[in-house]
Amino acid sequence: MAERCAVIGVGQTHYTSKRRDVSIAGLVREAALRALDDAGLTFADIDAVVIGKAPDLFEGIMMPEAYLADALGAAGKPMMRVHTAGSVGGSTALVGAGLIQGGVHDRVLVVAFEKQSESNATWALSTHLPFSSSLVVGAGGYFAPHIREYMRRTGAPEHIGALVAVKDRLNALKNPYAHLRIPGIDRKMVESTPMLWEPIRYLETCPSSDGACALVLSSERAVTGTPAWVHGAAMRSEPIFRAGRDTVNPQAGKDCAADVYQQAGVTDPRRQIDVAEVYVPFSWYEPMWLENLGFVAEGEGWKVTESGATALDGDTPWNASGGVLSSNPIGASGLIRFAEAALQVRGMAGEHQVDGARLALGHAYGGGAQFFAMWIVGRDRP
Amino acid sequence: MPSEGGLSAEHVLEFPGGYTRTTGPVIGRFLTELRGGRIVGVRTAGGKVLVPPLEYDPATGDAVTGEYVEVGPAGTVRAWAWVAEPRPAHPLDRPFAWALIELDGADTTLVHAVDAGNPKAIAAGTRVWPVWRGDRTGHITDISCFVAEVTTIVSPVRTVYRLQAGGALQVFLEGVRRGVFVGGRCGGCAKVYVPYRLSCPECGIPMAEQVELPDTGTITTFAINNLPDPRAPEVPFVSAYILLDGSDVPMISLVGGVPAHEVRQGMRVRAEWLPESERTLSMANIRWFAPTGEPDVEL
Repeated sequence: MAERCAVIGVGQTHYTSKRRDVSIAGLVREAALRALDDAGLTFADIDAVVIGKAPDLFEGIMMPEAYLADALGAAGKPMMRVHTAGSVGGSTALVGAGLIQGGVHDRVLVVAFEKQSESNATWALSTHLPFSSSLVVGAGGYFAPHIREYMRRTGAPEHIGALVAVKDRLNALKNPYAHLRIPGIDRKMVESTPMLWEPIRYLETCPSSDGACALVLSSERAVTGTPAWVHGAAMRSEPIFRAGRDTVNPQAGKDCAADVYQQAGVTDPRRQIDVAEVYVPFSWYEPMWLENLGFVAEGEGWKVTESGATALDGDTPWNASGGVLSSNPIGASGLIRFAEAALQVRGMAGEHQVDGARLALGHAYGGGAQFFAMWIVGRDRP
Repeated sequence: MPSEGGLSAEHVLEFPGGYTRTTGPVIGRFLTELRGGRIVGVRTAGGKVLVPPLEYDPATGDAVTGEYVEVGPAGTVRAWAWVAEPRPAHPLDRPFAWALIELDGADTTLVHAVDAGNPKAIAAGTRVWPVWRGDRTGHITDISCFVAEVTTIVSPVRTVYRLQAGGALQVFLEGVRRGVFVGGRCGGCAKVYVPYRLSCPECGIPMAEQVELPDTGTITTFAINNLPDPRAPEVPFVSAYILLDGSDVPMISLVGGVPAHEVRQGMRVRAEWLPESERTLSMANIRWFAPTGEPDVEL
């Protein structure tokens, strides 16, 4: 990967339960135009478009990339769709970055979206095939047992999840694009909400959001405006049913982190990475991913969360934007993590800016914690 | 009120055929345009467009100008009142809203009925369009009612598949019909996978042999589901990862015969089978896994 790649434009829609005022095409275009505006460019300056979204069953639209080509100014240009379940937003950014790093294009528009209000994701994730008796109900039903196992292994006290649920929602109050805005949220409020998939409470889950996010990626010679430089980019996957698979601390996540750190010259992520946007759709995944991504040793994640280190003013700020727990247009959620990492090192994160952020991590995972996508972006050219 | 049983009679006052109303030129123009399927207002000397038109400007008492302005047909609801129980003379026979509607281009509001379905579907600011009657006569009821703009359509998608169970699944389900769990042992790593499959996901090579596993195992972890599901008998229900004795991968199954909050990681369980006469080629042959009463296993 000889060519350097930079993020030169970031565009987001406001995330909300129902965007009844726009079509899907209108939604993605809103994000795309904001990203182009940020970069001081127009569709005419774009060489190729990469689009990502979660399963087609969410909106019931087959091949959305064909439908959305006009809205994204892609006529006559290469356009492709990426699909890696919940991690797709991250993978989409990485496919776009690959087109720059490989020297194929100078400017790539990357867009990801979900309009969850058009159907119901739990329905779409719980379509039961004949002959099987899978009892998994939605994403929460899948992840709850693995959270329980994390708690057993580490002896983490039960309130840790609530701490993350509060911390991320307090951060969301500083992010104008965030969906869930719960002034005065505290541990008591979270703990008063019902268990949905025990040990996961209602306020420990992500919302269902409509929204889109877009990035303009550029080669070094085509940079405009304020760049966030890509220092490392990695994807990994693993089969969901494999003997000895560690569903609490998946090997693919560890490998993905090791790869991206090696590329970026990171040997001590907790010390070297100024801010991380990590895919935490259920609150307990913060301590779990703190360990999986090597920020802390195994069994130590919950202690770091409990210490407050991951708060906006802590030494290891995670999800300064409010994260997936505050905004979850599923297909876009990974790209939002990557975009927020870029905003931080560009110094453009507004009220939730981490002072002096020079190196930031964007992370996404998907499926049954089978797909991982990560990038590290920096203020300085690598 | 006349007292009960006192002398009383109904008395109707109705001018035969109904009163006429001479419209005059201004109201007449409005109704003539309605009959033509258009809505017009009249401009006042001060430049305002009154809809419905008035003959004299209520602000000044002056005659309005002779300038008629086509407005709408869409407009914006400015205020509304919900009619939960319509009366016989109301324009709609189902609950509706009376609304003050400011038609596009008008400076005043028109009172009309909005067929909103339910009170949550109307608000100040809601955009509405007229529904025209087919046989128009020059009357305000030439507009049957107003309805919201089209903002959503329903797009039913139904795809029907025929799923052919693969050979490996057939082997497994035939075992389940007999009351046996059939797994496969990898020729490379020697791990045992259940349900039976043809190749090892780790090594990528064919399974070396079929293995019949007992119907006992250990709960490795589980969720207590508080959301109802048609496949579970009640809420809460426990969905657990169960590592069958002799297997290297857990299966997800319902746990029963024990209160949800007494289920533990490490708990020993055994499959509860339907009677042989009721079994089919499906996992429904297993009602659930229930505790055996053995001591818990150290995980």
